[in-house]
Amino acid sequence: MSNVIQQVKGKVVALEGDYAIAEALRQINPDVMAAYPITPQTEIVQKFSEFYAEGVVDTEFVPVESEHAALSTCVGASAAGARAMTATCGAGLALMWEILWCASGLRLPIVMAVVNRSLSAPLNILTDQTDEMATRDAGWVQLYAESHQEAYDNIIQAVRIAEHPDVMLPTMCGMAGFVLGHALGQLELLPDEAVRKFVHIYHPHYSLLDTDCPVTFGAFDHWDYFFPHKRQQWEGLNNALRVIPEIGEEFGRLTGRYYGLVEPYMLDDAEVAIVIIGSAAGATRVAIDEMRAEGIKVGMLKVRCYRPFPADAIAEALQGRKAVAVLDRTSCMGGEGSPLFTEICSALYNRNIAMKIISYTYGLGGYDTIPEEFCQVYRNLLQIAQGGKIEPIHRFLSLPERGES
Amino acid sequence: MAIKLTDICNKEEKLASGHRGCIGCAETIIVRQVMAAIDGPVVVASPTGCLEIITTPFPTTAWRVPWIHNAFENSSSTLAGAETAYRSLVKQGKIEDKGLKFVVFGGDGATYDIGLQFISGVIERGHRLLYVCLNNEAYMNTGIQRSSATPLGAWTTTTPVGKAVPGKIQPRKNLIAIVAAHNIPYAAQAAPHAWRDLMTKVQKAIAIDGPSVIDVLSPCARGWRHSTNETIAISRLSAETGAWPLYEVDHGKWKLNYNPVPRKPVIEWLKAQGRFSHLLQPGNEHIVEEFQQQIDKQWAELESMSQ
Ligand SMILES: Cc1ncc(C[n+]2csc(CCOP(=O)(O)OP(=O)(O)O)c2C)c(N)n1
Ligand code: SF4
Ligand SMILES: [Mg+2]
Repeated sequence: MSNVIQQVKGKVVALEGDYAIAEALRQINPDVMAAYPITPQTEIVQKFSEFYAEGVVDTEFVPVESEHAALSTCVGASAAGARAMTATCGAGLALMWEILWCASGLRLPIVMAVVNRSLSAPLNILTDQTDEMATRDAGWVQLYAESHQEAYDNIIQAVRIAEHPDVMLPTMCGMAGFVLGHALGQLELLPDEAVRKFVHIYHPHYSLLDTDCPVTFGAFDHWDYFFPHKRQQWEGLNNALRVIPEIGEEFGRLTGRYYGLVEPYMLDDAEVAIVIIGSAAGATRVAIDEMRAEGIKVGMLKVRCYRPFPADAIAEALQGRKAVAVLDRTSCMGGEGSPLFTEICSALYNRNIAMKIISYTYGLGGYDTIPEEFCQVYRNLLQIAQGGKIEPIHRFLSLPERGES
Repeated sequence: MAIKLTDICNKEEKLASGHRGCIGCAETIIVRQVMAAIDGPVVVASPTGCLEIITTPFPTTAWRVPWIHNAFENSSSTLAGAETAYRSLVKQGKIEDKGLKFVVFGGDGATYDIGLQFISGVIERGHRLLYVCLNNEAYMNTGIQRSSATPLGAWTTTTPVGKAVPGKIQPRKNLIAIVAAHNIPYAAQAAPHAWRDLMTKVQKAIAIDGPSVIDVLSPCARGWRHSTNETIAISRLSAETGAWPLYEVDHGKWKLNYNPVPRKPVIEWLKAQGRFSHLLQPGNEHIVEEFQQQIDKQWAELESMSQ
């Protein structure tokens, strides 16, 4: 591989997030796309259907009868050596749940866009990350986007991450429904050839279509093989911790936009910090800029890659902060705090990094969160850093705490 | 083209011996019959069930053709994905067209029950694959639980025979009528004793540029409670009594392929299987009667549709 990559100039456009994803899919030009519409992902499927109808993609598009069938179709297509992609969210992702594990256990590099949506009940079509976070143990690589640009860039990089020989695992790319999915945003689209060159042609290790060298996919394991096979899968997923920044670096040389596992903002000298995933990092930046203007040292760590969990990168970035709030947009109930919070606590504890750390749940089902609320989180953190009371450890942003009205 | 026994015997077996099927299992007999009827390269999918478990305990496999298991309900979609991949890759010139054929072997649970929606979708979209149901009329792999293919009156572990309920109280679902309602190019019922009929049906189905379904009765000594050497005899009785009519729906044309005159009474089929033994007890005559009436009614319908 040549390491001289010429930076290319893209075209700056304004697109809704769903259309940005659809553009990326068109440029990737997968062999098979199977998908089922669900708000707020629908526009991706509609747009791709248009590309298919106009003949601008080589893709065979399968308009399946359910999300379960969408992923099942992708499993068959991917095992057959095709580059297979899909998109879903919320209830659709939940319906796929069983097959998420089949796809990763079979080591199939399927790429899926997830336009994050809450899970019923109550029925709600707006955004939070409960759908995707609830699949965190399914063995997929999980990336999340803050902006339209990142949503587009992530999908393109995901193809390379999933198909990397040291990884060979399905990858999902989260993007907030409506906030990004249906909102116009500015982004730079790469030239088609640049994308096709970046993702290059997929050469599968094994193919179900190879009748000269027949392979059995999905044999059943007894106790003696299941655990060792899962152990290998673990290895593949952990390899993504190395591969994701490598691909992000290569993508950076092509576009000028470099990607890693996490992204700090004003963190170096920050006394207190928010850790957050996804689109609300934007509002957090606004809050930080306001407080910095008043001379208050606050910062943020945005987590781009949630699976595999980048424990080292997070611990290193947070080291030295006096107090940290981890903000989760998921209704994972019944834990000491939300999932990102508990995992960060464990990462810090095992590295002997001591700091005050609290958990917030925010923005479920599209609940609006404004920069002032992030400023309030920072003010609470500053009090805690100065010896104020840390309880309650788990809090609800925008809503009253237990016992308050 | 007439199918000759000598030709079949000279063909390479695509399902290796040494798998873990029970003695007398019809599933593996049917798979071999189906595979022997197809010339050229084949790709196979199976859902969770007896066939999958007996043929692929890692690190062994009985399959000499490419094979995939995904889950219990979705073999049709999974193989439709592979078939779509094939079309896409050939169209793009990424692989050559070798005339691959695609076959699913799925149990009745996977077909009549949990997988029906997926099969419906695959047929409606016109994927080019043959779906063979290995119909042993219950969930055998998990210990003989009822399915919607289980016949009226049958004992299973979830339709036990008790003081209040005498086995399964519903007749089986009519799968072929359901798939025929999709305007599927080819659908048929078959049974392993009638191997020439079965293999001819497979050849018709596989030649079609579209979906096809063949529902094959698959006697199971374990679940039906018969001796392991009676598999084929019971298969034959099922056709002779009309408990399992052999017919096809070829591009909308219904045709009875076997019309025994006279048809034997269903009691002969029921008597041969332990799963129906309670029906021979006094007080249960009405169930046998109802069973016979259902057969007569279906037969009359089939005859009139075959005109
Ligand atoms: C989603 C799901 N539900 C239930 C099961 C358990 N299960 C595995 S095989 C099977 C029955 C298979 O019956 P059938 O399809 O008739 O095949 P057979 O074993 O009789 O050949 C069941 C219930 C499963 N594997 N997956
Ligand atoms: S239980 Fe029945 S269907 Fe399953 S392997 Fe044994 S005989 Fe065959
Ligand atoms: Mg069965």
